[in-house]
Amino acid sequence: MKKYDLAIIGAGPAGLAAAAEASAAGLTVVMLDEQARSGGQIYRDVERAAPTRGTILGEDYLHGLSLIGATRAERVTYMPRTTVWDITPDGELSYTRDGRADCLQAKRLLIATGALERPMPLPGWTLPGVMTAGAAQILLKQSGLISRRAVLVGSGPLLYLVAVQMVRAGAPPLALLETQGLIVGPARHLPRALMGWRVLAKGMGLLAELRQAGVSRHKRVREISIEGEGQVGKVRFEAKQTMHEISCDTVLLHHGVVPNIQASRALRLEHDWDAGQDCFRPRIDDWGRSSARNIFIAGDGAGIGGAIAAEHAGRLAAFEIARDLGRMVVAERDRRAVPTRRALAKEHVVRPFLDAAFPRYSEALADDTIVCRCEEVTAGEIRRAAALGCTGPNQSKAFNRAGMGPCQGRYCGLTVNRLLAEANGASPEATGYYRLRPPIKPVTLGELAQMKQPDGLEKTA
Amino acid sequence: MKNASLFEPIIEADAPKVRVTFDGHNYKLPQGMSLAAGLLSAGLRSLRKTPVSGAPRGPFCMMGACFDCLVEIDGVTRQACMVEVREGLVASPAGPKEGV
Ligand SMILES: Cc1cc2nc3c(=O)[nH]c(=O)nc-3n(C[C@H](O)[C@H](O)[C@H](O)COP(=O)(O)OP(=O)(O)OC[C@H]3O[C@@H](n4cnc5c(N)ncnc54)[C@H](O)[C@@H]3O)c2cc1C
Ligand code: FES
Repeated sequence: MKKYDLAIIGAGPAGLAAAAEASAAGLTVVMLDEQARSGGQIYRDVERAAPTRGTILGEDYLHGLSLIGATRAERVTYMPRTTVWDITPDGELSYTRDGRADCLQAKRLLIATGALERPMPLPGWTLPGVMTAGAAQILLKQSGLISRRAVLVGSGPLLYLVAVQMVRAGAPPLALLETQGLIVGPARHLPRALMGWRVLAKGMGLLAELRQAGVSRHKRVREISIEGEGQVGKVRFEAKQTMHEISCDTVLLHHGVVPNIQASRALRLEHDWDAGQDCFRPRIDDWGRSSARNIFIAGDGAGIGGAIAAEHAGRLAAFEIARDLGRMVVAERDRRAVPTRRALAKEHVVRPFLDAAFPRYSEALADDTIVCRCEEVTAGEIRRAAALGCTGPNQSKAFNRAGMGPCQGRYCGLTVNRLLAEANGASPEATGYYRLRPPIKPVTLGELAQMKQPDGLEKTA
Repeated sequence: MKNASLFEPIIEADAPKVRVTFDGHNYKLPQGMSLAAGLLSAGLRSLRKTPVSGAPRGPFCMMGACFDCLVEIDGVTRQACMVEVREGLVASPAGPKEGV
């Protein structure tokens, strides 16, 4: 089995920045990512897309070019198209690459697997043509594709960013349906947020661009449903006490991103409920160390902070891992951490404001709305489970198949948690989450059969 | 309307095309695209029917997380958004076939 000082899962800003620092400190690093190219969600395919689509995607996107050199740094083995499906606390990783499974061993692990879009169940959200706003962005970044008859639905800065990118690409969205209330609402967060004025100014710039392009914006939208025969035909909603209807063929949903906790959950690491961000996050110290000594988590996977914060968090983890492995003295680690922590704090200052200004769409789910896309379990079925004494998502598996499909709860876990918490009058924390088991991504028998390490087979069988 | 493209290229792509067969139909899709993106650009919306209710499903997240884009390639179920198109690729909708 190949051995490394550090294995990094995820080649987004957190993983890339960590790889660069760890390699500079003399560590041998392996960085695995299931995508074909580095950059993570935000800088997806930046090297290929920059020359042709750079202006559409914007300056923040192009910043990614400064990070991806890490994939070619000394002592860094970068493995694209590599899906990690099992991780053990003692540093063994199992993965599949090009149809072959294999494993490797590392002294320290850094989980930098980023965020997922917060599930946004609505009537009709399983119809073909309904996608996440992030998916539209991926189509644009990676494939240069854009939908000409799309409606954007939800809330949050990313929704505006995607809208603006569509405008710049010459295909403005038909409308923006915004679910949040007045943004001046959470005024108590404003003074601190003003310190993050750069972020706010950027937001204002995006809004101005939308206004100029004449994109129609509906605010405080409720009662949203998506309708169509076998595919999206229209979206219906209420705004200003009136029902509206827009014909479209694509609906793009977004109301924030949440940490991707598949790996940290499968590892049984400690997690806490983050009331401000309305999601679970793994418990880490200020170097990114999880509740398991050898495992670190950086970037949005540890709590949503955005791309720049992810980069700095990746660096901090790399400094401490280098110290831990005897490649950096404490004084050096601390000296390097100072500017990094300062930069990180700057990013974090605007978060409470953003979290409060763009809450998730929280309208009560109708009983017949599907919450688990894989197994087509409805909100009503989850509530019935609660009525029969079900207290948590994991237990609900005895009542229905929510969370048991191939996505392993990625797009229903938080919804099921919320429905059960509401029905039982319990806190989200007490309600808990699915107990995830490896493999965290599917692996086929054929792939397993090709594993070089027979002991790897025994372990996962 | 059926073949009106759901997702269109923003610049006329001169990327070389590869021949792909999906569900018995032939497509010429730009090299470098994922199978899901390629089929969307060819006007497809649904890639399969769900095993539970038989409802049509298309790509949702495009990042390998939702598993809505499942297709079958060489007898193995794959995520179409995570597979790059290649010359001669043959894929079919995942799950129960109609009439079987
Ligand atoms: C779809 C989407 C689009 C976004 N777009 C923007 C944007 O335009 N601007 C912005 O500011 N923020 C955006 N965000 C927020 C984004 O999460 C952060 O800004 C930033 O990308 C976080 O960086 P990261 O390094 O923590 O994780 P990411 O950039 O998400 O990188 C994580 C990487 O881990 C890989 N990975 C995950 N699981 C596995 C596994 N099991 N095996 C192997 N590899 C794995 C993924 O392929 C991915 O490349 C977006 C988020 C999403 C979900
Ligand atoms: S579209 Fe979600 S996994 Fe492919």
